[in-house]
Amino acid sequence: MIEMQNIEKHFEDNHVLKNISFLFEKGKTNLIIGESGSGKTTLIKILIGLHKIDSGTVLFDGIDFNTIKTKQQRILRQEIGMLFQGGALYDYMSVEENIMFPLNMFTEKTEAEKLERVNFCLKRVNLEGINNLMPSEISGGMTKRVAIARAIVMQPKYLLCDEPNSGLDPKTAIIIDNLIQEITKEYNITTIVNTHDMNSVMEIGENIAFINKGEIWWKGNKDGLLNSDNKELNNFVFASKLFKRLKN
Amino acid sequence: MIKLLHHLGLYFSMMKKVISKPEKWSVFRKQLVLEMEKVGINSVSLVIILSFFVGAVVSIQTAFNMDSPLLPSYLVGLASRDSLILEFSPTMISLILAGKVGSSIASEIGSMRVSEQIDALEIMGINSASFLILPKIIATIFFFPFLIIMSMGIGMIGAWAGGLSADVTTADFMYGLKYEFNSFYITYAMIKTIFFAFIISSVSAYFGYHTKGGAIAVGKAGTSAVVTSSILILLFNYILTNLILS
Repeated sequence: MIEMQNIEKHFEDNHVLKNISFLFEKGKTNLIIGESGSGKTTLIKILIGLHKIDSGTVLFDGIDFNTIKTKQQRILRQEIGMLFQGGALYDYMSVEENIMFPLNMFTEKTEAEKLERVNFCLKRVNLEGINNLMPSEISGGMTKRVAIARAIVMQPKYLLCDEPNSGLDPKTAIIIDNLIQEITKEYNITTIVNTHDMNSVMEIGENIAFINKGEIWWKGNKDGLLNSDNKELNNFVFASKLFKRLKN
Repeated sequence: MIKLLHHLGLYFSMMKKVISKPEKWSVFRKQLVLEMEKVGINSVSLVIILSFFVGAVVSIQTAFNMDSPLLPSYLVGLASRDSLILEFSPTMISLILAGKVGSSIASEIGSMRVSEQIDALEIMGINSASFLILPKIIATIFFFPFLIIMSMGIGMIGAWAGGLSADVTTADFMYGLKYEFNSFYITYAMIKTIFFAFIISSVSAYFGYHTKGGAIAVGKAGTSAVVTSSILILLFNYILTNLILS
């Protein structure tokens, strides 16, 4: 599990995150939802140490990420799988090389063992046989799935996903959502998904934090979300006519 | 002034990260070979074409400016040799490579930054600055001297061809090439080349690594890398020449 306690973050005069505390539970898909510019991406970048916090604590299974030494932070980071909004595949490497990259960097496995692991991960995301394609030769949905395969290749304890569905059609988006949830259950990992896609929320939202103007305004699950009387949350969730009709 | 100090601070803090032991030597070696190909081998044809024609033009211009019958025609070979070794090959070719290699380094790293590929490296626990930039610096420092030596050789062939068209005989030209040759000129050119290679790779990498924004920012990083590298090359050309030849 990952716990955030009293996180504060400023970018010069802009108070981006205000007293954020939340527990991301193990074996569940934890969602951070909110409008664009609400502070979701900053929060996820703080979790992975790309932004430093002004005050507060981030605990990875009790280990305070910000107080451990840089070397220990690097080791901890090897236990984190990250799915970026655009996939962030290395465009000069093939699909196979992209997935194999963490294995090359951090393990002493033989080529055959590494290839076996890569093929296993590709199979897990239903993308067998595309090993030699380059990132520019695959679709957006495939890019996301390859990125998931790369994120899980080292068998991480934590999986962080930033807007995994952005730019995808609804059908592919659901496939990605379900894949993330299946992997979470299968490996019993702590998964955090940063999204503003309400379809995702309804599909996989087990533990949700709603962020608005840098603060957590609501916590709960997808069932509680539909019945909440929080005005700001309702404005966000039921912004579309479809969801308004669903509520009524 | 404050902006300059800010950039210098960022540059040196990046370089502190760059100069560290690679995470894994086998991966580093592969990266290095890849960079040698990108930085060096891909520039060979450009260097050959430029050096040949500039060498030819230098000798034709030298011959054209030596109207007096009192001046021996072997001076064409001598003047071409010294121009190529002392200035054209190390400085002018470096300036041209600042455009080709520098913009390529800045835009490659810049686009990796904006597409979150650098963040992906950091999250894996990899020192992204060292992983991406160190092989480029080593590849340029290692390969540029070869390019410059080759440029000198090809430039002299061009100068010979240019000399022939200006009625300078091969014997006279060769005599001029060998006349009172000071091998320290080569050492001087190599010292300059190594400095310039470091400037081109590290400055361009700096602009790429600190790119913020999207495609326009990547373009700006490429331009800033070329402009700054070129100015620094000219500045260090003056400083090094003063220190070494004065």
